Amino acid sequence: MSVRRLAKVQPESFTFAPKTLETAHWWIAKYPAAKKQSAVIPILWLVQKQEGWVSEPAIRAVAELLGMPVIRVYEVATFYTMFMLEPVGSAALIQVCGTTPCALRGANDLIALCKEVIGPKDHLSADGLFTWQEVECLGACCNAPMDQINDYYYEDLTPDSLARIIQDFRAGQTPKPGSYTGRHSSEPAGGAQTLTDPTLYDGSRAKPLTTIPNAPQPEATA
Amino acid sequence: MVGILEDKDRIFTNLYGFHDWGLEGAKQRGAWNATKDILSCGRDWIITNVKNSGLRGRGGAGFNTGLKWSFMPKTVGERPHYLVVNADESEPGTCKDREIMRHDPHLFIEGCLIASFAMQAHACYIYIRGEYVREREVMEAAVKQAYEAKLIGKNNIHGYDFDLYIHHGAGAYICGEETALLESLEGKKGQPRLKPPFPAGAGLYGCPTTVNNVESIAVVGTILRRGAEWFGSFGRPNNTGTKLMCVSGHVNKPCNVEEAMSIPLKQLLEEHCGGVRGGWGNLKAVIPGGSSVPMIPIEQCETALMDFDSLRDLKSGLGTAAVIVMDKSTDLIKAISRISYFYKHESCGQCTPCREGTGWMWRVMERMAAGTAEMKEIDMLLEVTTQVEGHTICALGDAAAWPIQGLFRHFRPEVEARIANYRAGKPHVQGASLMAAE
Repeated sequence: MSVRRLAKVQPESFTFAPKTLETAHWWIAKYPAAKKQSAVIPILWLVQKQEGWVSEPAIRAVAELLGMPVIRVYEVATFYTMFMLEPVGSAALIQVCGTTPCALRGANDLIALCKEVIGPKDHLSADGLFTWQEVECLGACCNAPMDQINDYYYEDLTPDSLARIIQDFRAGQTPKPGSYTGRHSSEPAGGAQTLTDPTLYDGSRAKPLTTIPNAPQPEATA
Repeated sequence: MVGILEDKDRIFTNLYGFHDWGLEGAKQRGAWNATKDILSCGRDWIITNVKNSGLRGRGGAGFNTGLKWSFMPKTVGERPHYLVVNADESEPGTCKDREIMRHDPHLFIEGCLIASFAMQAHACYIYIRGEYVREREVMEAAVKQAYEAKLIGKNNIHGYDFDLYIHHGAGAYICGEETALLESLEGKKGQPRLKPPFPAGAGLYGCPTTVNNVESIAVVGTILRRGAEWFGSFGRPNNTGTKLMCVSGHVNKPCNVEEAMSIPLKQLLEEHCGGVRGGWGNLKAVIPGGSSVPMIPIEQCETALMDFDSLRDLKSGLGTAAVIVMDKSTDLIKAISRISYFYKHESCGQCTPCREGTGWMWRVMERMAAGTAEMKEIDMLLEVTTQVEGHTICALGDAAAWPIQGLFRHFRPEVEARIANYRAGKPHVQGASLMAAE
């Protein structure tokens, strides 16, 4: 388990931005009327998108919106590790995957770089621009090592490419997510060896089927 | 041709995303073709054919999918039925569902409709892990397309009212366990429930529910279109079909690939992934099914087949078919210690053996990796793994224990050597070096 506590310094209040509230109601409508509580994780996430982190007044506001006891929202906010319980870097929140598949391909070098360029992990950098964390498997192991920066995945990284990405964020830009060795997605480097048959894509698969295999035979009419 | 499977028999034809993921592109590749005819064959026919195809759950446990569906109540009582799809893909090494969701979402949505129809569910929730923001955006857009084309929703062209909702988590590996996932979907902490009752009796909101993996659901449409026999013709008996395999670690070209079940592990690595870094002889060990299964050493990699039974016989498992390759440069003890840290971090804290055991095992593993542990602690550690294994509500305790057991099953001498070498050359008595200096 990871121990997670709310930040010591908390803002006075929290108000939903109109857009956040609108999206929150869109989420609530996905669940049966009596089960509004189901929307708690997506709504806390919206709060985090609005504020950058989840504060104590925000937890109270979400509890009120969903008709939940505050402690239940508090539990959720502290259980799930994607909720940031203190302010994070304004330019980028860098989450370096450090689990074994990434570690085998050099994640530890990325971690060393973050330490050097940004500072100690889980803390706001001195200039307030960056926070970096070591997180557990992000599920992009074929493109290891990789980071999640703000919302998106930056894959096939090296200390050099990550350093450039950090520089770009520092300059106020948003570098393109995806592979940094020129791969399209998770195909083998140098190009896909499979799925090259053109008949897969010429529309022959869209032709109406004459029969469904093993379909039940219509009963003979008497 | 590389591998065993031919392109014409691949289900996920847009695995790498070189083509349009949208509705038009997906239809061109055969999705949503004859879906209405499939539904018109009836519920029992669908379940029987999925059963006959031999499709085993692709989320790791490998339970027959059709059989699982048949556990749902035959008639809908007062409580509605639900299908919940587990897209909380977080097993280290696994990155297959991600490609389905961002590149072939319509095959997946079609599968949701067919599976829900077979189980008389009119609503389906897809639980996507919180980190998959891009994948969620694509899924939301694809669901919108499907609603607009009246493929799903009320009064759709298939004549079966069906609503599909996307939900997301917020970074908890444990929510990949089906009952923890249901708890999380209900807006609570993701702590697994005691079974029974099983979800088919009382699942989401206390209603009959089936939880399936993304890949298990996404292949259903194609299986029914092409026939159970077609799917059953790949692999060995009891291990049939095609499977997405994710290869990561020390290979020249890590990649995802759809292959026939029972492909030899060596062929998979050599032909699809450009071989092991530094050649086959440089291989040390492979974790064949995601971090939870025990590793196998190079000798066993020569003969291992990528299927449930072959890997079970080697005291490992197919899991999610996420192959993590480690060459001779790997510090295996450190690699497993990192996996132990993962389980310590992801334990939900509900059951004592797991909450305390995962932390304890990680701390000992760290000392083993450094060489500062005592020799007798090896047996103590193995003893503790058996105390954790099987003594918890869910399988996370087992998953934390197995990688350690796998390490010691095959590489115990390596750990012993590290401990011995640390001691050798160092004074055994405190202050000994001072005395020697005098």
